[in-house]
Amino acid sequence: MHTKSLTELSIDLIQQKLSSTELTQHFLERIDLHRQLNAFITVDAERALDQARAADRRLGRGTPAPLTGIPIAHKDIFCTEGMLTSCGSRILSNFVSPYNATMIEKLRQQDTVILGKTNMDEFAMGSSNETSYYGPVANPWDESRVPGGSSGGSAAAVSAGLAPAATGTDTGGSIRQPASFCGVTGFKPSYGRVSRYGMVAFASSLDQAGPLTRSAQDAALLLQATAGFDPRDSTSVDRETPDYTATLTADISGLKIGLPKQYFGQGLDGQVELVVREALAHYEALGARLMDVDLPNSALCVPCYYVLAPSEASSNLSRFDGVRYGYRTQQYDDLTQMYAKTRAEGFGAEVKRRIMIGTYALSAGYYDAYYLKAQKLRRLIADDFRRAFEQCDVIMGPTTPTTAFTLGEKTDDPIAMYLNDIYTISANLAGLPAISIPAGLSGDGMPVGLHIIGRYFDEPQILNFAHRLQMGTDWHRRSPPGYTS
Amino acid sequence: MALDHQTVREIAELAHLELDDSEIDQHADELSRILGFIEQMNQVDTTGVEPLAHPHDGRLRLRDDQVTESDQRASFQRIAPATEAGLYLVPRVIE
Amino acid sequence: MTTWEPVIGLEVHVQLLTRSKIFSGAATRFGSAPNTQACAVDIALPGVLPVMNSEAARMAVKFGLAVAARINQTSIFARKNYFYPDLPKGYQISQYELPIVGGGHLTISTNGNDKRIGITRAHLEEDAGKSLHEDYHGMTGIDLNRAGTPLLEIVSEPDMRSPQEAIAYLKKLHTLVRYLEICDGNMQEGSFRCDANVSIRPLGQTELGTRTELKNINSFRFIERAIQYEIERQIEILEDGGQIIQETRLYDPDRNETRSMRSKEEAHDYRYFPDPDLPPMILHDDFIDSVRNSLPELPDAKKQRFIEQYGLNDEDAVQLTATKELADYFETATSATQGSAKTVANWIAGELSGYLNKENKDITESPVGAGQLATLIDRIHDRTISGKIAKEIFESMWNGEGDTDTIIEKKGLKQITDAGAIEKIIDEVLAKSEKQQEQYKSGQTKVFGYFVGQVMKATKGKANPQQVNEILKRKLDA
Repeated sequence: MHTKSLTELSIDLIQQKLSSTELTQHFLERIDLHRQLNAFITVDAERALDQARAADRRLGRGTPAPLTGIPIAHKDIFCTEGMLTSCGSRILSNFVSPYNATMIEKLRQQDTVILGKTNMDEFAMGSSNETSYYGPVANPWDESRVPGGSSGGSAAAVSAGLAPAATGTDTGGSIRQPASFCGVTGFKPSYGRVSRYGMVAFASSLDQAGPLTRSAQDAALLLQATAGFDPRDSTSVDRETPDYTATLTADISGLKIGLPKQYFGQGLDGQVELVVREALAHYEALGARLMDVDLPNSALCVPCYYVLAPSEASSNLSRFDGVRYGYRTQQYDDLTQMYAKTRAEGFGAEVKRRIMIGTYALSAGYYDAYYLKAQKLRRLIADDFRRAFEQCDVIMGPTTPTTAFTLGEKTDDPIAMYLNDIYTISANLAGLPAISIPAGLSGDGMPVGLHIIGRYFDEPQILNFAHRLQMGTDWHRRSPPGYTS
Repeated sequence: MALDHQTVREIAELAHLELDDSEIDQHADELSRILGFIEQMNQVDTTGVEPLAHPHDGRLRLRDDQVTESDQRASFQRIAPATEAGLYLVPRVIE
Repeated sequence: MTTWEPVIGLEVHVQLLTRSKIFSGAATRFGSAPNTQACAVDIALPGVLPVMNSEAARMAVKFGLAVAARINQTSIFARKNYFYPDLPKGYQISQYELPIVGGGHLTISTNGNDKRIGITRAHLEEDAGKSLHEDYHGMTGIDLNRAGTPLLEIVSEPDMRSPQEAIAYLKKLHTLVRYLEICDGNMQEGSFRCDANVSIRPLGQTELGTRTELKNINSFRFIERAIQYEIERQIEILEDGGQIIQETRLYDPDRNETRSMRSKEEAHDYRYFPDPDLPPMILHDDFIDSVRNSLPELPDAKKQRFIEQYGLNDEDAVQLTATKELADYFETATSATQGSAKTVANWIAGELSGYLNKENKDITESPVGAGQLATLIDRIHDRTISGKIAKEIFESMWNGEGDTDTIIEKKGLKQITDAGAIEKIIDEVLAKSEKQQEQYKSGQTKVFGYFVGQVMKATKGKANPQQVNEILKRKLDA
């Protein structure tokens, strides 16, 4: 049951071969069975089963929406009415949201079931899920390794079959990198495609929500249900949502795949490169053409990102002050101390580090040298893509330079940790859609992700390419050893 | 760029983060390394480049001036650390 | 001895009269129970986002056009970062590098001299909440109802040289924003708030002295006093060989002094940067044109028209155009009466203003409407009543006893204009006052008033005074 695709499950539900209650119960049991993965922060079985029963009634009435009755795990960054929404932080460890994020609202309107809230790096700041207040998540493929981050709980949950699909957010690779590490499909749509309303903000000009699923086809279904203009989000884009499933099987012969030399250079693990080259050969066999493209400013994506994202974060996280909600320190003499202690006790080390970087980068006398400089570089990086997409239809490469690293391996070296996102960050800076799909296993048995970047709002093209690989290979169907049944 | 103890203390004060001396030293060390890494940006000449603040060159959408929200004080204050008479309470602010 | 020249610049925060807040759909009504008008966006719940109110933009453009300013078709919202409990996000959304309104000006008039005061800029921003310092078990209470109310911050050039000029500028601005219907101008409720930047320099020196900023002073009278006090304080310091410290000072109306706000002096570094939640605001020509077409007649133009169209003098015209409502009242009354515009102006400046002031009422709250005043003046004009009786009738109308004609009827106040009847009464009076007649004839002409008084007494004031005068004179001088 837990290896079926969303399409298969929804057919079973509509034909009433299976009830949402049974399905939900099944996943709740699996979550409980594999709780050592620490993939979830909150599981409210009663609430989930209530929602499942409501979905079953709707299915019984014969008026289901495409995803009615499907249990979905949500990253704990989406505000969920009546449920703890911790964002992986102590400072929100008592925050029961009084409202729903648009993402949650849209899925609830279809009567999907909220299976639980998944673990994540604190405020989505991390690439290993090790910064969570609720402890690290284990990678189901090898529990001594990290699942990636920040949507590590969502990736691990889908990979281990604890949920048929999950939501995530991606600011610098936070959907794609854990998808790659855990062998699932993770899709970051174009900036503005999915509403950010109700998603706890990390870096507002980079954050974008998207699905983590077992296949590109499932990603298309989940994106279909969640994409679209939201009048509550001024950065949400007011343009029609295409039918993402309509073009999944389209012919790709003659289409051009750009390969930036910068994505195949120093630092790329040989095994990872091998797997990616095999996938590229598959596309060639399908009639697509491979060509070299140049993204000259790629190397500077990480430094650029580590100015912009912390700057925005330092401001976004100022609202966590212990006044209106969330954690407040016990002992204080005055207001200033209340603020400073609340925030010092409420935030973890990585979050503080980034608040400090951002505060410094925006401060008087340094703004031009850091923030403005980074924004100019961001323009150059976006321009690189614009030029590349004049020559090719999609850009491909590895999602990450290596497979999942071991727990604790990079926690003492922030820069080494940051460099893990070297291939993914550029899509956020440019605002482009990008996907990571399982492309094979490395020699150590760990999954490798293929990264596909597309033009603005060309999600259909990316999904088409991803699905075509999945039609001809079965990497996306592989479950981690020990999670097959 | 190496940050000294005093600068880091000032940043922490601006950010309202209470850090003790050893934490400040640790941050000074880490931030200096990160800033050194960030300064790779200077390899590229960006003279005359227009800064990019938003991924799409969109324009702000303006909404109609309509009251759409109703009173939700009870629900909002249920999760507040300290309230009284409908007010959020904070340590005394001296002006 | 040095002659000191004060240099004053003003920053005025004008609360815009929108129904909903600048970035949320919560109501902006004043005086609601605490935090009942603070929605998820206003209290900055995690994940919420701002959406800009078109009406706030329209009002800002309206102001810009009215002060002949440049409208920046692209303006940017930025975050001003600082921690304060009444600022829920930890930053205020404001405009920094590219405000919606650029340079403009207002012309003020003091002691008959016109002077142009430059307006540097006007930008949109959100208001903060309120801190209530009454004791809540030793804590401060925070009400966020005001948080997110749209503000237009209007920054002047340091062009004013006296507290009087500063007040003239403020009053002009106050009149203008109410004419434009973008602000109710209520200073007590904080809809119109003023900060003053004050410095002094030796007369003739071009560079500016060190300035202090006087915060949030909530009446014209206090602003004038605060600036005056601050100028004197600075002169005293400099003449004693001291130095002015650049700082924020608070005016204490009870003690009539300013004092340093040391608590707010911690080094501020606002770390402005463009708000990533709000793309640039780009206003197209058609939007600006539609605002331009909706502009009402502005105070200066109206004043000029009143002088030309109604033959009023400058002083009357200034008074009658002080508010749009008063000007409308005047014009409605004038167009409805046979009497002259000057008569209407006199009635407004005299009786009406007197009653309004006495009861602390606004022209819109006057129990005597413009139409009623017009009828009253008509009855003087057609000699139904005398001016003196008219004042009585005005009082009755004020007290809600009906309109002019009803009161005349009910109280029998119709003027006696029948010459025969008046003559008969005069004859009766003369018959009883031989002594006074002799005095009159011996040259003590001031007893004439006595006869008039007697006639008026006999007619209960209803005799037409002009006719009484004429007939009396004729008879006495015969």
